[in-house]
Amino acid sequence: MSVKTLTIDGVDVAIEEGATLLTAAKEAGVHIPTLCHLEGVTDVGACRLCLVEIEGINKLLPACVTEVSEGMKVHTNTETLQEYRRMVVEMLFSEGNHICAVCVVNGNCQLQDAAIEVGMDHTRFPYRFPQRDVDVSHDRFGLDHNRCILCTRCVRVCDEIEGAHVWDVAGRGPASRIISGLAQPWGEVEACTSCGKCVDACPTGSLFRKGSTVAEMEKDRGKVEFLVTAREEHKWTR
Amino acid sequence: MATVPTSRADTTAAKKPKEAKKGHPSGDKRFKVLDITMKRAQYRPDVLIEVLHKAQEAFGYLEEDVLLYVARGLKLPLSRVYGVATFYHLFSLKPGGTHTCVVCTGTACYVKGGGQVLSALEEHFGIQVGDTTPDGEMSLLSARCLGACGIAPAVVFDGTVAPKQTAELALEKVKGWME
Amino acid sequence: MDLTELQEIAEAERQAQKSIRVHCCTSTGCQAANSLGVKKNLEGAVKAADLGDRVQVVGVGCMGFCGRGPLVEIDPQDKLYEEVTPDDAASIIESLNGGTATANEGDLNHPFFARQMRIVRETSGKIDPERIEEYIAAGGYQSLYKVIHDMTPAEVVDQISKSGLRGRGGGGYPTGLKWATMAKMPGEQKYVICNADEGDPGAFMDRSVLESDPHRVLEGMAIAGYAVGATQAFIYVRAEYPLAIDRLQKAIKQAKRLSLLGSQIFGSPFDFKVDIRIGAGAFVCGEETALIASVEGGRGLPRPRPPYPAQSGLWGCPTLINNVETFANIAVIIREGAEWYANIGTEKSKGTKVFALTGKIRNNGLIEVPMGITLREIVEEMGGGVPDGEVKAVQTGGPSGGCIPASLLDTPVDYDSLVTIGSMMGSGGMVVMDETTSMIEVAQFYMEFCRGETCGKCIPCRVGTVQMYQALTKILKGEATMRDIEQLEQLCGMVKDTSLCGLGQTAPNPVMSTLRYFRDEYLVLLQDSPNGKVAVKS
Repeated sequence: MSVKTLTIDGVDVAIEEGATLLTAAKEAGVHIPTLCHLEGVTDVGACRLCLVEIEGINKLLPACVTEVSEGMKVHTNTETLQEYRRMVVEMLFSEGNHICAVCVVNGNCQLQDAAIEVGMDHTRFPYRFPQRDVDVSHDRFGLDHNRCILCTRCVRVCDEIEGAHVWDVAGRGPASRIISGLAQPWGEVEACTSCGKCVDACPTGSLFRKGSTVAEMEKDRGKVEFLVTAREEHKWTR
Repeated sequence: MATVPTSRADTTAAKKPKEAKKGHPSGDKRFKVLDITMKRAQYRPDVLIEVLHKAQEAFGYLEEDVLLYVARGLKLPLSRVYGVATFYHLFSLKPGGTHTCVVCTGTACYVKGGGQVLSALEEHFGIQVGDTTPDGEMSLLSARCLGACGIAPAVVFDGTVAPKQTAELALEKVKGWME
Repeated sequence: MDLTELQEIAEAERQAQKSIRVHCCTSTGCQAANSLGVKKNLEGAVKAADLGDRVQVVGVGCMGFCGRGPLVEIDPQDKLYEEVTPDDAASIIESLNGGTATANEGDLNHPFFARQMRIVRETSGKIDPERIEEYIAAGGYQSLYKVIHDMTPAEVVDQISKSGLRGRGGGGYPTGLKWATMAKMPGEQKYVICNADEGDPGAFMDRSVLESDPHRVLEGMAIAGYAVGATQAFIYVRAEYPLAIDRLQKAIKQAKRLSLLGSQIFGSPFDFKVDIRIGAGAFVCGEETALIASVEGGRGLPRPRPPYPAQSGLWGCPTLINNVETFANIAVIIREGAEWYANIGTEKSKGTKVFALTGKIRNNGLIEVPMGITLREIVEEMGGGVPDGEVKAVQTGGPSGGCIPASLLDTPVDYDSLVTIGSMMGSGGMVVMDETTSMIEVAQFYMEFCRGETCGKCIPCRVGTVQMYQALTKILKGEATMRDIEQLEQLCGMVKDTSLCGLGQTAPNPVMSTLRYFRDEYLVLLQDSPNGKVAVKS
């Protein structure tokens, strides 16, 4: 296997060809914020939080899907990137109805973490206060569209790991929403195996276990990665 | 070599009753069009959009039953079919009116007053673009661009493009349907 | 099929053609103005006058002067009649025998026609698009024969590279380079896709080419297939173009019947199959990765590039995507040679470009002009200027482009010059605006468009277009302050830099270009108007 060497924020890294910048950054001990990335499922490059600057390329590229190449000089935390990341998080807060004080994952939420990390304390964009529903038709889980950021991690986990493809995105643009089956109540979708992977994959409190109250719910973020390693490499380690 | 015709005959014989079973349990003949389209594509999933086009043509809109039938036929997840059907603006999941009036809102039509034509229709019938009149007579739609910019503003009445429209001309035409 | 047979078809067709051809436009625009009724009456009049042995009425494609349709042209007398009604038909036929036609006669020497240079549209409006024989008689499919028999795939790629042709879909990527990359990709299965999802509002060049001369596009695609090693192709056409779809279907069928598409073309081992895929109303599908997702039957969502379609496209195979107009140039380049083509246009933008000249302009329609011509020549000379008033701005590039102010009308039309002044070539829409048009409203119009057409996958585009639209609305209502303008500019920069695909990356352009050239219009509406005027609330 051929190895590529590059620098990320001044740190030299050597990593196998085909690895993504995100993996390389981890190797170099450089943290890049992400939201739609989930270890174990394919990347879509949608949240734009992991955009990085690469010398000689005049476009910002998402670290989660950009492959390393020899001699790359990557900057992950320039002033421009910090500003843009902050705006991305602000956009998410303005788009949905995110009220941490009443959320099941308060204190254990990746959107909240991202907001803290990028230093967002308010949003400069007017809130849109969309009218969105809550689906509690499933006996064990619930889906609160108000907290959904459309990262599609649930869609990918259900399709790629569980193989049930209960979830997908319906509509388009600002009207996009996560649906189960033919936009039926979740509890009525025959394909659902109630495995709960989508709930653990969800970065916010949008998918939750019933019975948990404010700030009570912790998600098992490593579950998918564990399953993928177990299945592909026959190693049952966490 | 002699076995070839026999085996071919066998497969056709074996296939026939199975195919006869196909089709919608209601016996609605409109489902046949969908069967033909799916079969011609050997039930490959990439034919989905084409089948949805056929379904919309045959049924007027994509009712749940149709989506379910297509999903089963192509062996696709229900949510995927629903996701595709709602992504594209030309697919409609609710029934339309007897007549349709599509106002072009492309740039050329916009600059030449297509917007006024649309708002006149909206105002007169008290409906928003995308809606159908309460009596189900007319659906008012808009198109991004018909590519008929030379004759802007253009309006499509029941599939026929009409050139150089004004609010008065369009209203007159639509009122004609309502009588 | 071999060359002799092809030439025989051409010869037989030429023999069968009558000495006088009455061309009647049957494209979407003229059909909407009842050109079919005109055609029917023309045919009736020929019969009535018993002129059938020397006069024939031919339904042809677009002649370009769409604003004055239906158009009728007499070939070879070079007479053009405009806004013809079915009642004019009889007199037009009588005029062939010395009578006077009641229809308005157009001026073919007008700059609108005289300044054009027709490559892509060389046979548009001259041949019947529904008959392959007419295309063959005009020299069609000879280039395909030439590449298959006399050239190696590498030589074809070389010719296209040398011609300097750049992608006509808007981006302007060198076509030869794209082909060369594709040709080098390993793999048995490769695909060619023709992007006919012309979504820019105000643009109809591709529709016109497909309706007027579908075989030209098919021939270009087949040559591309031979050059890059692909045997299967798709044409992705928007569903809003039913006539184009219909004519393409007929064209593919006819070409297959003559073995000009299909297996072993011209007796060579080269196979090439073309299928049509129909869109369903999604502007974003013009973006190549979204288009691929749609051809695969999914939601038309773009994905990050790299990998580019040439590396991993349709079903993961190397895929060449070119636009309709790009393919329509190919056969001519092969026929006339790369050098000939490279002599047309400017240093970095070769050849001609078709534009849809619309909006507040006297002469509405399609024009094909050599690159490097100035906007002023197009708008004022060819277009005849604004009917009553002055040109205020010209919008090019649709929702991805910008508004060019009248003061910059002397800018030459080429890829790089347009980008420098904050717009872009785009696919070829050119909408003229006069003093009555509010530029903020235009910006809002395009943002409304982008807000409705964003796929919603990436956050900057999904949320940003909504926020930009709201900001513009606030400004138009007279409720904004200088701070809103600053924030809007910030937002534009962010959406441009961080969006996933071209739709989002270019969505702020109409706002940015109007803020750049028509800033005063924004400023007078502010509550803290810095230039002293008090904003009036409407």
